[in-house]
Parts: sequence; structure tokens; C-alpha cells
Amino acid sequence: MRVSLTVNDTPRTLDLDPRTSLLDALRDHLHLTGTKKGCDHGQCGACTVLVNGERVNSCLCLAVMHDGDEVTTIEGLGTPENLSPLQAAFVKHDGFQCGYCTPGQIMSSHAMLKEIARGWPSHVTEDLSAKAELTIEELKERMSGNLCRCSAYKGIADAILEAAAEQREAAE
Amino acid sequence: MKSFDYVRPETADAAHEAAGRFIAGGTNLIDLMKLQVETPEKLVDINRLDLRGISTEGDGLKIGALVSNSELAADLRIRTDYPLLSRALLSGATQQLRNKATTGGNFLQRTRCPYFYEPHQACNKRTPGEGCSAQGGVTRMLAVLGTSEHCLAAHPSDMAVAMRALDAKIAVTRADGTTERLALDDFYLLPGDRPDRETVLEPGDLITAVHLPAPAAGRQTYRKVRDRSSYAFALVSVAARIAMEDGKISDAALAFGGLAPRPWRDGAVEEILIGEAPSEALFGKAADRLLAEAKGAGGNDFKIPLTRRTLIAVLNDLTGESA
Ligand SMILES: Cc1cc2nc3c(=O)[nH]c(=O)nc-3n(C[C@H](O)[C@H](O)[C@H](O)COP(=O)(O)OP(=O)(O)OC[C@H]3O[C@@H](n4cnc5c(N)ncnc54)[C@H](O)[C@@H]3O)c2cc1C
Ligand code: FES
Ligand code: FES
Repeated sequence: MRVSLTVNDTPRTLDLDPRTSLLDALRDHLHLTGTKKGCDHGQCGACTVLVNGERVNSCLCLAVMHDGDEVTTIEGLGTPENLSPLQAAFVKHDGFQCGYCTPGQIMSSHAMLKEIARGWPSHVTEDLSAKAELTIEELKERMSGNLCRCSAYKGIADAILEAAAEQREAAE
Repeated sequence: MKSFDYVRPETADAAHEAAGRFIAGGTNLIDLMKLQVETPEKLVDINRLDLRGISTEGDGLKIGALVSNSELAADLRIRTDYPLLSRALLSGATQQLRNKATTGGNFLQRTRCPYFYEPHQACNKRTPGEGCSAQGGVTRMLAVLGTSEHCLAAHPSDMAVAMRALDAKIAVTRADGTTERLALDDFYLLPGDRPDRETVLEPGDLITAVHLPAPAAGRQTYRKVRDRSSYAFALVSVAARIAMEDGKISDAALAFGGLAPRPWRDGAVEEILIGEAPSEALFGKAADRLLAEAKGAGGNDFKIPLTRRTLIAVLNDLTGESA
């Protein structure tokens, strides 16, 4: 089936078996191998990308169901010469060891910061009527869908907290 | 994954005509198709149907079947008037999954019984008449109420437990075009000798919306007990609303997850509480009533005392000094 996607601002048209996941379409058909396959069952978060701005597990998406959608992958956030603030913070804080979960961690945290700014609550938000702040407890809960086999969680959390603080300063 | 035909109708009529398996967020169905536990021949993608949005309806709310779990949890009306629903949704899965998961699909997600997921193990839910490997097997996640000798599976949804406590009704358009609104106890079936039949829906029946009645008085909570503090299914959960007047419980709604093949509610438990002053003895009596017929299968025996303690803790919270 023909599927049209806008990936990292570039329109792409593919001819795909309906069984193809969005993850496999990105990796095997568009050769955007930054997005990783861990479990292929929605359990690890390595495949996290943005679809129309929201984070999803691309392994549990059929590409044909996203005809016309906008997809952002790690390649669309920044480049090695021009890192996004989150990418730079992950490098600075050693937010990884083997690096396999990292693209998913960065895509997920990128979306998470927007969710906080929008006032979305989480399971650990005490007061549902108030706007949650990015505490370490909020960060852990909101990032629980991204597992790191190397357990680089300390560096990941430090990187996200620093990028969030920079974002707040820039906004002020 | 087995191959399938894929269609994406624009209207509900066309969706019924397409006569295939509906897919919404896909977070459960695609997972099960990869394992070949589900092998639909035709997928009917309902995402282009007009089933989105949350609107007021009388004193209550109408929630479209395609509203995502994230959108529903974050909606200010839900957070203010039906907070136990926001809490239940936020305790389920992860933000990535909640962004895709829909209200309709959440009700119809399949059990997490490990034997259902293993095609080489016997499972009456997957293949009627095959037997149940869970009997005498690993039962930690399985049900203690409402089961049968043919199936011990528990319903995994957090959202549905909250909906049961709130007296939500599910709007269904049947394949022949007739519409119905079903309370959850009329929607979900107990396993009996046909655990493969989980709801009254027939192939082609479409959930279009969920209707919430006017907000009810009292304090609300959703308490979920699980093996890790985030991103895990419930061992036991309680959705509760308790109203107090003059030091006595004037109204109560209690629904339970992790315990049964469907969100579990037992009016007799609420009757024990209503009209009485809160006390440890009263709460114990309510827990005794809830669990009178509970039966463990070995690995899940612990759920019985765990439910008792969780219920008592929730009742203490909701009847005590305001937090
Ligand atoms: C790793 C993981 C962890 C999870 N943790 C939790 C958890 O802690 N708590 C929890 O509650 N859930 C949890 N979930 C489950 C998740 O909530 C469900 O997968 C999701 O709600 C299903 O919604 P969907 O729209 O993706 O359904 P789909 O996968 O699209 O569909 C599910 C079923 O519903 C049918 N269907 C969908 N929409 C309609 C409709 N409108 N009318 C008729 N039939 C329809 C489909 O045919 C299919 O049979 C988890 C899932 C994963 C993968
Ligand atoms: S590969 Fe998608 S969540 Fe693990
Ligand atoms: S850095 Fe190795 S999995 Fe996270």
C-alpha cells in the first residue's frame, strides 16, 4: 500500500506491506536508523518517536495507519554538528553507556517537557488542579516508559533537568 | 504476523459495511497480532471516524470512543469532577502508550494472563475447549473473584475500574445500525464455560462513546498496588468515592481491579457502609463481604489479604480528616 508521511519535515512516500510497523518503515525503508528496536512490544521505549508532536512507541504503530501524519525522529531534533539542547545535555552528563536507549530517551524527554509546559498531570502529581513542576519524582514517573539496560538513569535525569532549566531560563 | 487486508473508512456506516476487526490505537491488538494470538483477516481502521472530543451532555459528559487516554486524563472537567478517572488513567501504562490508547480500545483490551500470551500453552480464552494451563500454573496476576474452572484471567484495565465506580455507560452501535447504552455489568460477561466471550459485543459492533452521569458528591481516589511503582499492571486496585454527612457515610461507590474477569463492584459492600460511622470494625465487615467468595489458585492467594488491607486503607483515607 502507498503511504505518505512527512518525516523530519520531508515528505516521503513508501509502498509498504500493511504489516510494516512505523518503526520498521523508518529503519528499513527510510534508513533512519537512529530510532531503535528493543522489545518490539511497547515495553521498553527505545522506539519512541513523535507523531504529530506527541510521543508514541513506533513499534506498536502500523505505518499505513499514519498516512498523512508528521513524524519526528532523533535525526530531526539535531545533527552531530548542531545538537539540540537535550542532545548536548545527554553528552555533557553521560546520559548513556551503550547508547541504545538514548534516542528513545531523548525523544521521550523532548515531548515530556512540552507536556509539563501544557500542564498535563502525572500519576505522582499531588494536586490535579495545579500545574506540576518538573521535580525528580515527576521526571521518574513521566520517563518510566523508557528503560535503560545500562542503568544510566542518574545521567539521564541530570541531563533532562539541566535542559529543562535552560529552557525555562530562555523562556523568561 | 499473519497478513491482513487494511481499510480506512471515513464513516461509521462504511466501517460497519467493511465487516472486519476494528483497530483504534492498536496498542493491544498489534501487540497480540505480532504474537499471532490475534489473527484478524481484515483490519478496519476507525481513526478517521467522527468519534473524538469530550462534550457536556445534560449534567454529565460524553467521551468519544477515540479520545486518547492522555487527553481524557488531562481534561480539566475530568480532573475536577471525576478525579478518580484521571488518577486511574494516569496509573496505567506510560505516556507513550496513553497517547495512542483510546477510550473504546481500553475497555476491550485483552487479559494479561501469561498463558493467553503463549500460543503453545492451553488457553480456553484463546482457543475454546483447549483447557487452561493457568490451573496449577503461575497465577500471581490472576483473578480471585468471578472466575470459573475454565478461566482464571483478570481484566487488566485501570480505566474500566474507574468507569465502573462512576456508573459510566458505554454507547454501542450494533452492526445492524441499532444503538444501545450499556452499564459495565451489562457489557462485560463472566467467563463461565465460554471465556473467549468477554463482552456482549458481536463482530462489527462499534463503541461510539462513553457517557458519564452528573458528578456525584464525596471524595474520590484510585489506589493501585503493583509490583513496581510505575508502568505495571495492578495486582489489586480500588476506585472509590465516599460521601460523608454528619460523621456518617452517606454514599459510597467502590470498584476493584486485578481481582476479577471484569471491573468488580458489589453493591452489598456499599450497603454495609452507607448510614454508618466510619470505624475499623465497619471497614473490616465491608472487606469480609467483598471477599466472602474469593478463591485463590495458589500464586494469587496473597491478593485476598492484600485487597482487604488496600480497601481498609482507602476507606480510612476518604473518611478521615481531609488531607
Ligand atoms: C507495555 C504495556 C503496558 C500497559 N499497561 C497498562 C496498565 O497498567 N493499565 C491499563 O489499564 N492498561 C495498560 N496497557 C494497555 C493499554 O491501556 C491498552 O493497550 C489500550 O488501552 C488499548 O487501546 P487501543 O485504542 O490501543 O486499542 P486497540 O489495540 O486498537 O484495540 C483493542 C481492542 O478493542 C477493539 N476496539 C477498539 N476500539 C473499538 C471501538 N471503538 N469499537 C469496537 N471495538 C473497538 C479492537 O478491535 C481490539 O479488539 C498497557 C499496554 C502495554 C503495551
Ligand atoms: S521497541 Fe517499541 S517499546 Fe520496545
Ligand atoms: S545506555 Fe545502554 S540501554 Fe541505556
